[in-house]
Amino acid sequence: MKNFESLFAAYLIVWAIFFVYQLSLGQRLGRLKQEIERLKRLLERK
Amino acid sequence: MTTGGKGNWAATLAVALLICLAGYAALFIAPEERTMRAIQRIFYFHVPSAWTAFLAFFIVFIANIGYLATRKPKWDWLGVSAAEVGLAFCTAVLVTGPIWAKPVWGIWWTWDARLTSTFVLWLMYVSYLLLRTLLADAERRARICAVFGIFCFLDVPLVYFSIRLWRTQHPQPVIAGGEGSGLDPTMRAVLFLCWAALLGVMVILLRQRYQLEQLRHDAEELALAVDTAAPELHSIQR
Repeated sequence: MKNFESLFAAYLIVWAIFFVYQLSLGQRLGRLKQEIERLKRLLERK
Repeated sequence: MTTGGKGNWAATLAVALLICLAGYAALFIAPEERTMRAIQRIFYFHVPSAWTAFLAFFIVFIANIGYLATRKPKWDWLGVSAAEVGLAFCTAVLVTGPIWAKPVWGIWWTWDARLTSTFVLWLMYVSYLLLRTLLADAERRARICAVFGIFCFLDVPLVYFSIRLWRTQHPQPVIAGGEGSGLDPTMRAVLFLCWAALLGVMVILLRQRYQLEQLRHDAEELALAVDTAAPELHSIQR
């Protein structure tokens, strides 16, 4: 039974690593896109 | 610059389906290994994670050479993107390995050649990413990190051949190993299916990470344009 718990933990952790990394990428992309929009608006004001 | 689209969604869906299929195959189709039994099924993500990490680090190596040869920023963007993605896969290897090791070896970790060289590999690419944060000038950062990135890749063949060159706690290779090595055909098929799934994940993550570098470059150019046009306006803080 303990081996099944370890197996489950390993699979969960592997996919959690990729999921968390994907989330981090998504957040960074979102922040950059917002910053680019802000800079474009600043430039348009000149 | 495209930020999404039907093509991307279709590719993501295809990879998601492949992941589900690979997971099902690893848990229910692959035969149970005689001695290690259920825990051995970690193999189907542990080994492909390592192979994918090696491939990502090879991309870093090629990108770094490409940058030094051409000085084009896109090679630097590819290098840092592949390094970060490769590090995610290397982390997966270093996490799944001990989880597998504990019930089989009775220990979480040992400083044998394979485990140590893999940990060193992880540290080297962490250092690569840290180095990038310390260098403000884009051209200088790209040049220095390209040289360091080429050096980091030297550990990859060392990791791969470590179990052939030295006596290690880590098992001997089952793919392209010597006499007496080998894998059940169904196990081999499931292994390569799982690798295909992880390669799909790598491609998706790499594409997004590269896009992040492109956008960062665009933002820096816009910030420069804002500073030039109207210095009193706020610009991006790095």
